[in-house]
Amino acid sequence: MSATPVQTAAPRWLGLWPAAMLTLFFLVPFGIMLAVSVAHRDVSGFYEWSFEWDSYARFLSAFFGKVMAVSISVSLTAAAICVALAFPFTVFLSNMGHRAQTRILVVLLSALALSEVIIGFSLSTLLSQTAGIGNLFHWLGLIDEPRAYTPSLFALITGLCYIGFPFAVLVLYPPVSRLDPEIVEAARVMGASGPRAFFGVIVPNLRGAIVGAFILVFVFTLGSYLLPQLLGRSEHWTLSVHITDQAVYQSNLPFGAAMSVFLMLVALALVGLASLAGRERGAA
Amino acid sequence: MTELRIDSLSKDFGTFRALDSVSLDIPNGKFVCLLGPSGCGKTTLLRLIAGLETPTDGRVYVGGADQTEVPTHKRGMGMVFQSLALFPHLDVADNIAYPLAIRGVDKATRRARAEELLELVQLPGLGSRRIHQLSGGQRQRVAIARGLSINPQVFLLDEPLSALDASLREHMQIELRQIQQRLGVTTVVVTHDQKEALTMADLVIVMKDGVIQQAGAPMELYHTPANAFVAGFIGTTNLMPCTVADGVVSVLGHAFPITEGDRIAITSGEAQLSVRPEHVLLGAPDEGLPAEVSFLRDLGESLHVLMRVGDQEITAHLAPGHGHDLVTGQTVGIRFRDGEKVVVQ
Ligand SMILES: Nc1ncnc2c1ncn2[C@@H]1O[C@H](COP(=O)(O)OP(=O)(O)OP(=O)(O)O)[C@@H](O)[C@H]1O
Ligand SMILES: [Mg+2]
Repeated sequence: MSATPVQTAAPRWLGLWPAAMLTLFFLVPFGIMLAVSVAHRDVSGFYEWSFEWDSYARFLSAFFGKVMAVSISVSLTAAAICVALAFPFTVFLSNMGHRAQTRILVVLLSALALSEVIIGFSLSTLLSQTAGIGNLFHWLGLIDEPRAYTPSLFALITGLCYIGFPFAVLVLYPPVSRLDPEIVEAARVMGASGPRAFFGVIVPNLRGAIVGAFILVFVFTLGSYLLPQLLGRSEHWTLSVHITDQAVYQSNLPFGAAMSVFLMLVALALVGLASLAGRERGAA
Repeated sequence: MTELRIDSLSKDFGTFRALDSVSLDIPNGKFVCLLGPSGCGKTTLLRLIAGLETPTDGRVYVGGADQTEVPTHKRGMGMVFQSLALFPHLDVADNIAYPLAIRGVDKATRRARAEELLELVQLPGLGSRRIHQLSGGQRQRVAIARGLSINPQVFLLDEPLSALDASLREHMQIELRQIQQRLGVTTVVVTHDQKEALTMADLVIVMKDGVIQQAGAPMELYHTPANAFVAGFIGTTNLMPCTVADGVVSVLGHAFPITEGDRIAITSGEAQLSVRPEHVLLGAPDEGLPAEVSFLRDLGESLHVLMRVGDQEITAHLAPGHGHDLVTGQTVGIRFRDGEKVVVQ
């Protein structure tokens, strides 16, 4: 390294801009949330400033423990399925011609433009008894009676994967397309069959990207509160749904805030764990 | 026995013919250099041999066995890629032993073999390093060691030394050649550096536009080029349009008699005359083809004299101690050393 100070093109104060934005739109709301979470619930529908752990205490019940477990497992499952589908897909995509790649990426991006509401209702229609694939299966003679596939855990995970998949592909695409194709060819020449080269060379070299995509989909689906209500049964309601329920319908803002803080801490812990796992052996 | 045989191999990319009916017989244990300008199809030929591309036409045989339909991973060849393609997720020893791991060799044997190969490429004890902890030259050696770890029948290298600086490159050329001779493995190296080819090869194959121009021993190509392209590509030379008739080569209006040892492929009509700069002799203007000295370059070990005859440039390399009285603008008479004229199409 040279001893002379590095000259950057942008003046230093420009760095204050993102810092200011971060403070304004993240730290301040987070602070308010923290403050509310320890406030005292006013039964009339709002809260009074104070400092008490009541909301957190209530949260440490078996019921909410289970909700937390459901939330996390649903998101983990969705993230795992998304990445398991998106990774081979992206590798395949990056081997296609440039024009085909662009087209497919544009289609994926446009899927991102659909709102959760549209996706939720479309899926619930598609999986319904009266107008959905149940009818199709019945017509094909696969099942005896038309049946509904929603609400169910399957429907919920399908919906979450539908949302998460394009994100996973978009996170995976740049590193996958940057992977030196000669690395794979080298493995082939040295005797690795296709699957062997895939799991022995492509996957380990892209561990970071895979973990990144996993974290993104996990965090993203953890915050989803519409789909669990549309596609899942009440036992599949995630913490986000309960937060909304408490804050909006039960008028218990301190409890909603406490749950939010907890959700965030858990998410952070998991992200930290995952990135540690990603770094450990793939030390670059 | 012919170890590697290529039989009228062609490769089309769409409508573009990258390789046109290439045939080669490479005897067992030979060191072959594929030489040619960028885009002439060297990499394509190497990839076809390795099975990384499917030929449009033609066949590849190793030791008499047809390999054309055999998938890459079952050909058992060693290959060093231009980008080296070392695995960043494995350490040096695991990189080298990767082909052995694929074949189910146990860990202790793999480590031992990796260490043996590291010694061969003069990197003993570096087995536990990561790839990013190596210098460019060390990576090159690791890639070579990896290519050799299964004792391949055929060892392919695509411009393995192009990323190195000049001195390390020369060093590695000699080393690669020595390793190859010690192991006796049939080796095909792609290069576009003719000096590299001359340094290392038993057999040089000059290609242009997907067609083999000439295949032969380095000095055969140097002394008896098959055409003007090969003459110009191997070493430096003066290429001049000429006409041949009745034992005389006429260049730029001056007649030179054909002498003993001249290589005259065209005995009458239009052709190209190739004379190496060290065989261009200078004398008084009336003793040969009159030319004007346009530039003098003294390199100590030799004096380069650039001359013009009309539009034609001719260069002479003079031994030390000669030509010190020459000045730019002076007119000299050019002659060619007896037996060093090469007339080709
Ligand atoms: N996959 C491909 N698709 C289309 N054309 C190709 C492909 N691969 C190579 N070519 C073309 O085939 C020709 C030969 O390519 P090749 O890579 O064999 O050249 P080369 O002799 O190795 O050149 P260099 O010295 O620059 O590496 C080039 O004109 C190249 O553009
Ligand atoms: Mg090439």
